[in-house]
Amino acid sequence: MSTITSSRNIEDLRLENLVKSFGDFLAVDDITLTIPAGSFFALLGASGCGKTTTLRMIAGLEDPTSGTIKVGNTDITGLRAFQRPVNTVFQSYALFPHLDIFENVAFGLRRRGIKDVTPAVEAMLELVELAPMARRKPAQLSGGQQQRVAVARALINQPDVLLLDEPLGALDLKLRRQMQIELKRIQTEVGTTFVHVTHDQEEAMTMADTVAVMNAGRIEQMGHPADVYELPKTAFVANFLGQANLFSGSVTGRDGEDLVVATNGLSMRLPAQRNSATGTELLVGVRPEKMTILDEVDAGKIPTGSNLVTGLVTDVSYTGVSTQYLVEAPWGQVLNVFEQNVIVGDRCEVGDPVLVHWAPEHTFGLGS
Amino acid sequence: MKWLRSHLVGMFAVLALVYLFIPISVIIVLSFNKPAGKFNIRWNEFSLDGWTNICGVPGVCESFLTSIQIGLISALAATVLGTLIAFALVRYRFRGRSTTNLLIFLPMATPEVVMGASLLALFLNLQFPLGQTTVIIAHIMFIISFVVVTVKARLQGMDPRLEEAARDLYASPGQTFRYVTFPLVLPGILGAALLGFALSFDDFIISFFNAGTLVTFPIYIWGAAQRGIPVQVNALATIVFISALAIVLFVQIRGQMKRKSLTAAPANPATIDVLPRS
Repeated sequence: MSTITSSRNIEDLRLENLVKSFGDFLAVDDITLTIPAGSFFALLGASGCGKTTTLRMIAGLEDPTSGTIKVGNTDITGLRAFQRPVNTVFQSYALFPHLDIFENVAFGLRRRGIKDVTPAVEAMLELVELAPMARRKPAQLSGGQQQRVAVARALINQPDVLLLDEPLGALDLKLRRQMQIELKRIQTEVGTTFVHVTHDQEEAMTMADTVAVMNAGRIEQMGHPADVYELPKTAFVANFLGQANLFSGSVTGRDGEDLVVATNGLSMRLPAQRNSATGTELLVGVRPEKMTILDEVDAGKIPTGSNLVTGLVTDVSYTGVSTQYLVEAPWGQVLNVFEQNVIVGDRCEVGDPVLVHWAPEHTFGLGS
Repeated sequence: MKWLRSHLVGMFAVLALVYLFIPISVIIVLSFNKPAGKFNIRWNEFSLDGWTNICGVPGVCESFLTSIQIGLISALAATVLGTLIAFALVRYRFRGRSTTNLLIFLPMATPEVVMGASLLALFLNLQFPLGQTTVIIAHIMFIISFVVVTVKARLQGMDPRLEEAARDLYASPGQTFRYVTFPLVLPGILGAALLGFALSFDDFIISFFNAGTLVTFPIYIWGAAQRGIPVQVNALATIVFISALAIVLFVQIRGQMKRKSLTAAPANPATIDVLPRS
């Protein structure tokens, strides 16, 4: 394993005021961020949000319109792709079809003039558990195996940064789960910085230490997956990373640590520090699984101080782990409510009048 | 009725093949003939004269070798030039690119008589002596189009990410071409070269206009046809046919074997199912 795990210092990857425009279209709009050495970083966003363009600029396959890219304190903006200490795992892998697995993995070493590549390649194939496949052609491998060859081919060069462009997009769900764990294991083992681009929020949250949610060329929010999920700062993040119920309202007062908000004729509370809106107008948000659904007759069970909405159940879907309800509030808005299937007995049915409540500390406030 | 329905397509296929191969089989059969008169048209008597004495008629082998020589030189030159043009057209944006794309088709679309005649006019005007050189120049000219079209298709079908991957893996532009682009385009280039040779070897009209006193194989046959085609021509034609067939069979069988090794590969589950630990 010593040939793979590098003892040298890996350095931070720094993007400073990075901009990329294609004609009038601003693909990447002034991104500044530091990706700590050795972290697993996910750039998450819908297609066309600029995440792949950002990745390609780091790889050197696209020239930034302005801004700099640094590894540690070394400016690599002007270096061409083959001069950068950065390697990429391409979407759909881009394995060389005319070379066998061994030669695919050895490609980078050979190009750098390393004579004896065999020990390193064998160790690398061992790491991704493909040693018996060394003399096969890429077309003879399954999707998951090809994926691991792509990772091996990039990692063998001991890059400072490994870029992964939707690496699991072509795999089926079960294999994707396996590969998520596998990639995470490899990352821990080699210690290289991984920058992972994906549109799959679950994938990003499972693997990454830090998630950056991108929208329209900008980073909307960045942080530990749990922090970003629990406390989204914009409506886009709240809806892109999981689901959210948002109510528009305005701040009417303050009660201790809590803000009191009037929304749709109701009064709701949320901790002042969980509010990212600057004015009095705001969106009050809550995640569906934080809400509890009760029959109207059980009104007495609601803890005091809870936020409360009444409504009618319009849809019930049982998904095994949980039951998902759609509840129509009196003002017509439809709420998403998830309930863990831990209670034996009746579930609410379509048409039932219900009470939906949740604790103020699960509530967040967003700028509208 | 049911039997007919399930075999109808097969019967049509056989008929189509018969239609294609009857003329060729006639040529092959008549190469073993000993014609009664001047014309080798009716079966007379079995003889190996055409084969044992294949160069027995004056001029026939010379013209055959001339055609092969012209074919090799023009195919090689046209392949090199056409490949370069194809790369330029696919890889670079430049002024006049779309015009070039269009003009490349012109030699294919122009009737050969017109092209042959205008080339002749050109050579006469330049007072360029007609002969092997003029024929080769003419052939290169019309083969280039076919090479460009073939290589271009191959290049366009190539995943651009493969070259990006090579660049990403420390290959300089020159190395990317040598280790990734060229090997992947090579089958297209070889195909174009084969096609170019066949087109050149086969060409009569353009060659006839620009050959002067030079006699290529098609010109020889055309000349002989008036006096009676010698059996040797049938023998040589048979050789050409069988060579072409051999090349096709070789490529087919190789492809089959490759596919077989592909499908046979997962036969050993112990080695293929090295799934990640979960």
